Amino acid sequence: MTGNNVVGIIFSNMHDDKLRELTDIRTMGSVPFGGRYRTIDFALSNLVNSGITKVGVITKSNFQSLMDHLGSGKAWDLSRKHEGLFILPPFGFNNSVYQGRVEALDGIRNFLSQCKEDYVVMGDCHVVHTMDLRPVIADHIAKNADITMVYKNSEMPEALPEKITIEMGRNRRVTDILLQGASEGKVNWGMGVYVITKEFLLKVVAEAMARNRLDFVRDVLQRSCGECRVFGYKYEGFAAVLGSMKSYFEYSMELLKGDVRSDLFPMSRPVYTKVRDEMPTRFGLGSKVVNSIIADGCLIEGEVENCILFRGVKIGKGAKLKNCIIMQDSEVGNNVNLNYVVADKDVVFKDGRSMMGFESYPVYISKGVEV
Amino acid sequence: MLPKKECIAMLLAGGQGSRLYTLTKNVAKPAVPFGGKYRIIDFPLSNCINSGIDTVGVLTQYIPLVLNDYIGTGGPWDLDTMYGGVHVLPPYQRQKGGDWYKGTANAIYQNIPFIERYDPEYVVILSGDHIYKMDYSEMLAAHKKAKAACTIAVYEVPYEEASRFGILNCNEDGSIYEFDEKPKVPKSNKASMGIYIFSWDKLRKYLEMDEQNEKSENDFGKNILPTMLEAGETMVAWQFEGYWKDVGTIDSLWEANMDLLDPRVPLDLSDPAWRIYTRDPVMPPHYVGKNAVVQNSLVAEGCVIEGSLEFAILFAGVTVEKGARVTDSIIMPGAKIKAGATVQYAIVAEDAVIGPGAIVGQRPENVENKDEWGIAVVGNNVNVGAGSVIPAKAMVEEDVPAAN
Repeated sequence: MTGNNVVGIIFSNMHDDKLRELTDIRTMGSVPFGGRYRTIDFALSNLVNSGITKVGVITKSNFQSLMDHLGSGKAWDLSRKHEGLFILPPFGFNNSVYQGRVEALDGIRNFLSQCKEDYVVMGDCHVVHTMDLRPVIADHIAKNADITMVYKNSEMPEALPEKITIEMGRNRRVTDILLQGASEGKVNWGMGVYVITKEFLLKVVAEAMARNRLDFVRDVLQRSCGECRVFGYKYEGFAAVLGSMKSYFEYSMELLKGDVRSDLFPMSRPVYTKVRDEMPTRFGLGSKVVNSIIADGCLIEGEVENCILFRGVKIGKGAKLKNCIIMQDSEVGNNVNLNYVVADKDVVFKDGRSMMGFESYPVYISKGVEV
Repeated sequence: MLPKKECIAMLLAGGQGSRLYTLTKNVAKPAVPFGGKYRIIDFPLSNCINSGIDTVGVLTQYIPLVLNDYIGTGGPWDLDTMYGGVHVLPPYQRQKGGDWYKGTANAIYQNIPFIERYDPEYVVILSGDHIYKMDYSEMLAAHKKAKAACTIAVYEVPYEEASRFGILNCNEDGSIYEFDEKPKVPKSNKASMGIYIFSWDKLRKYLEMDEQNEKSENDFGKNILPTMLEAGETMVAWQFEGYWKDVGTIDSLWEANMDLLDPRVPLDLSDPAWRIYTRDPVMPPHYVGKNAVVQNSLVAEGCVIEGSLEFAILFAGVTVEKGARVTDSIIMPGAKIKAGATVQYAIVAEDAVIGPGAIVGQRPENVENKDEWGIAVVGNNVNVGAGSVIPAKAMVEEDVPAAN
């Protein structure tokens, strides 16, 4: 067998509704994040950098931009003869698409049964992190576990859509899984990353479907945690939880901190993304850039402070941007004044326009709008 | 029998580039970094694919490791096709022994079997030391229209500089009547760009003839072209309009980089219709810090800038620490400029480290004897110690200890 006996499964649409503005035209997996990435880049790179060379991406709706981004999977070294990238579009459920995780997994039953791999790593796109999965998998195998849940010990992120906390006994064996449990102080919250033994997964999904118990947390995780071998694995690094526009903005701004960047972008674990062949960014005479993250292909002639500029953004002369996120190929005209603005792709701000949001409520401008 | 290719390209990438000194100590000239994210060879390779030429032979000879690794299977340039694509062609052994490439013409001669596999009508000969964007298909159209045996791309240089170039003297219809190598009194200002299109049957004939001539240096400019002209073949000049620069020297390499910061220079690398492709460094966006000052500069991915930049070109993964100043300089991938260091009128090569408070290079106005001024170069992986001073025009190949 090639690879390391693990197949990766990424849910690209999970919790799209939590970030409605940004997912109106795309999946959660193709939400732009961090200046040059889509959220799925982190999930895919984590798998690839952990030696997993077979990855299925479960889609549901609006996945055109995701398909365009992923292509053949070449940018992640997943365009291969053996294994590689598999896009798994929705499978019919009584003439409608799947509702939750259980139905989605049932929809890829054929794919999973045909995989020779013994273990499955599942992850979502709305929790962005850089994680080495090899020790998690090794721990799962060493403990002969059925399910290993990756958790983080910190305050419960307000924006987390599935607020799962876990309680553990000896050897990190999970004794209880609570939904909307204690939210005071530090808790062990589930990041939505699971290592599951494949045979076990197929069995519990079949049982859940047969009894019409379609809630993954309640009907699979909680039911398993007593009689089956469910373990926890602690993740120590940075995790961005993109569960609301507010949290999207806050976690994006966290990237301006050096320690957060070195955690999300360690030299030894590159984050891969689709290559655009843009030239390096040009800073014009009279430009002023402070505390900002800038992708390639930008042309900056104005003032930029505490901002994140994606690839190919143009900032005109005399423009003043503070606390903004400007996505790819958007153009900010001369003397434009922006504060707390999140502009999607291809937005045009005509000369002299002014726009102010607030820290807790940044103004969002949708794709292609001319202001 | 595979289908025929109308036109293929052969890229001469075997030269040492000795006038780039330490920059080509470990890499061939075409692999020298350029323009914040490119290597020189990206330009001819991208021109090929953008001109519809999908079969390119790259002739290598001098320390090809980095270059071979860089080209790989040609994916970044879309040259990883099933039939054709990019091929690295080093010299090789045969039953009756083998030879290094003795000259540019001999390099092509030795690869006649490669060219014949594609049965081309035309062959484009390119070199790996020029920065330019050219549509070879336009040149090919002119070649066909003139029914020429050979078409040579020419570039109009100022008359006062013409004596540094190989000059072509032409009739009104563009046909060449004389080659004038570095003429003292130039009759024309049309300089050869070292870019040729040949009709393959003609070129093969002259390559074979040239190989028989023991006195020949087996060079295109010195042997093949004059012989063809003498024999009365139709040879025409094709005038190129646009930016073109030979980056074979430290000064010209530095100038061509600085040209990218000048909006008046007609070399637009952001044109989506004529992308210059390159192997992506896979790094996060760059970060400009709280005390940084960045003016008129080009910055690639993965850089962290806490100091100040003016007229600077930063390649991927460069660090400029607090209080460091980089002006009129090129900083190649992975180099580190430590706190308080000054880099001016300099090229700092890959992974070099400029220690805290060190000063590299000098501004021309601060040098009394102008002959002593020039671009300072710090070689690959060289460590310049804290507080040390590197004068103008220096070529640093060994670590420099810290000043006391």
